[in-house]
Amino acid sequence: MSERWRLPLRFVALGYLLVLIVLPVGFVFYRAFQHGFAAAWDAVTTPDALHALWLTLLVVLIAVTADTIFGVGTSLVLARHRFRGAWLLDAFIDLPLAISPVVVGLSLILVYGHTGWFGNWLAAHGIAVIFSVPGIVMASATVALPYVVREVLPVLQEIGTEQEQAAATLGASPFAVFRRITLPSIRQGLAYGITLTTARVLGEFGAVVVVSGAIEGKTQTMTLFIQASIENVQPTGAFAGAVILALIAIFVLAILGGRDERGSRTWRSRSPQSPSDTEMPLLSTT
Amino acid sequence: MPKGSLTALLGPSGGGKSTLLRVIAGLEKPDAGTVEIDGQDLTNVAVRERGVGFCFQHYAPFRHLTVRRNVAFGLEVRRRPKAEIRDRVDELLELVRISHLADRYPSQLSGGQRQRMALARALAIEPRVLLLDEPFGALDAQVRQQLRVWLRELHQKISVTTVLVTHDQEEALEVADRLAIIHEGRLEQIGEPAEMYDHPANEFVMKFLGPTTRLDGQWVRPHDLVLHHDATFGGQPSVVERVTHLGFEVRVDLALPKGETCWVQLSRGAASELRLASGDEVWVSHSDLTPSAAPSPAAELSAR
Repeated sequence: MSERWRLPLRFVALGYLLVLIVLPVGFVFYRAFQHGFAAAWDAVTTPDALHALWLTLLVVLIAVTADTIFGVGTSLVLARHRFRGAWLLDAFIDLPLAISPVVVGLSLILVYGHTGWFGNWLAAHGIAVIFSVPGIVMASATVALPYVVREVLPVLQEIGTEQEQAAATLGASPFAVFRRITLPSIRQGLAYGITLTTARVLGEFGAVVVVSGAIEGKTQTMTLFIQASIENVQPTGAFAGAVILALIAIFVLAILGGRDERGSRTWRSRSPQSPSDTEMPLLSTT
Repeated sequence: MPKGSLTALLGPSGGGKSTLLRVIAGLEKPDAGTVEIDGQDLTNVAVRERGVGFCFQHYAPFRHLTVRRNVAFGLEVRRRPKAEIRDRVDELLELVRISHLADRYPSQLSGGQRQRMALARALAIEPRVLLLDEPFGALDAQVRQQLRVWLRELHQKISVTTVLVTHDQEEALEVADRLAIIHEGRLEQIGEPAEMYDHPANEFVMKFLGPTTRLDGQWVRPHDLVLHHDATFGGQPSVVERVTHLGFEVRVDLALPKGETCWVQLSRGAASELRLASGDEVWVSHSDLTPSAAPSPAAELSAR
């Protein structure tokens, strides 16, 4: 890169970030506290707002757990077994990224709604999926499904199977191999995948708005609460809610991604001889 | 394979040596046949219950664990008491001479040190059989030489039945007390190194174990041939084509009648005594101790 272009390029990159992220997010913070901290606090401690927050956290907990288990399992299957149709499974995993979240929501209604395939059966057994929490969880889990797989699968392929085989010859059961060898090896990729999944579930709107019905105090998540606040001309509530979502996301990023922002990527690019490998955060399994 | 022996599976790459080793370990399933250790049929026993120590070609170190924890792994999964594990690991690190590296991570070790760590890790579980896949393949020449000697000594000390895979015949001859030559998935010959070098079962084994050349339609070792300036000792008349000095040995290329060629390996002393030069006429014959492979069908034909 020639010296001449360095400054303009830096300017363009930082300007891009400024225009798209720093300014809007900064403005959200500014508007949330425009009328003082108390006003913002009151706006997000109404029963509906608290319920939305609680529901969002519940959905994050369930959907992220499900996506993590599924993601690790699928990655193991794709990395460690050869079978027909593996490419199809691989392609299907990216599907939620390719199709609009609204379509994801609609397709769930088609299957589980009261006119859908399982709708009648579910209704007969007293299970509500659509316009209820299970629907929100399913929609969220679906749109956030690819992230764990896409972070963990390459790491699994890169570390290969020799360490696992060595552990097996040393007497480790399949579960012990997973816990003592595989899991610590994919740990950083997994942490980053979970971070991305959490961020996506926290912020999901399109898929959730379709399946939830956005019933205040019942099926209203934080993003839906924000949207409703704007519609009801309560901007402080909307911006304060947005701030809460942002804070949760930053918190998650700090715990899971903070130690090594790009986790597995930096780790993978290091040369095996590099002494800096010691600084790698380590999981003790004693 | 006899108990306490050190057997080398030797053969060209892609011949199935490593596969055989993995079958013994239980990492691959044989299509047919059985695996027995100490008279016990282990063919259908899971890898982790076989009690084999396996060293992978690239050592497969557990990258997230220190050297100490790597070596302790087999004992930890067996839930041995902590004190026992510590003592045993100390002992093993001492044995492979990497005690001072106990708290390092594999990424901070050299190839040779990783190799020792992998060996200590495999030995920790007191395996009934120790399996080494190309143990020196990934090391540079000098370290390889040192480790060969060291492995030989180690084996004398602990005398665990050991099978190692190599494609380097020199390495096999130096380290192992038994050789098994494997070629294209078949066992060509198994026995003691010196015996096999002198009495190879077939042409392949002969060629694989050392240098060969062809004289009188037979494959012979070029260092078992002698040259004379006159016909008093018999032999074949030939013309020296080229004399190449290769340090302690001298290679002499000969042109035989009927367009055949052969080469002779001489010591420096023998070569300078003969004062060979290109174009010289010499008589080439087998020395008295010449062993050779059973003549191939082609050789028999030409002898008639």
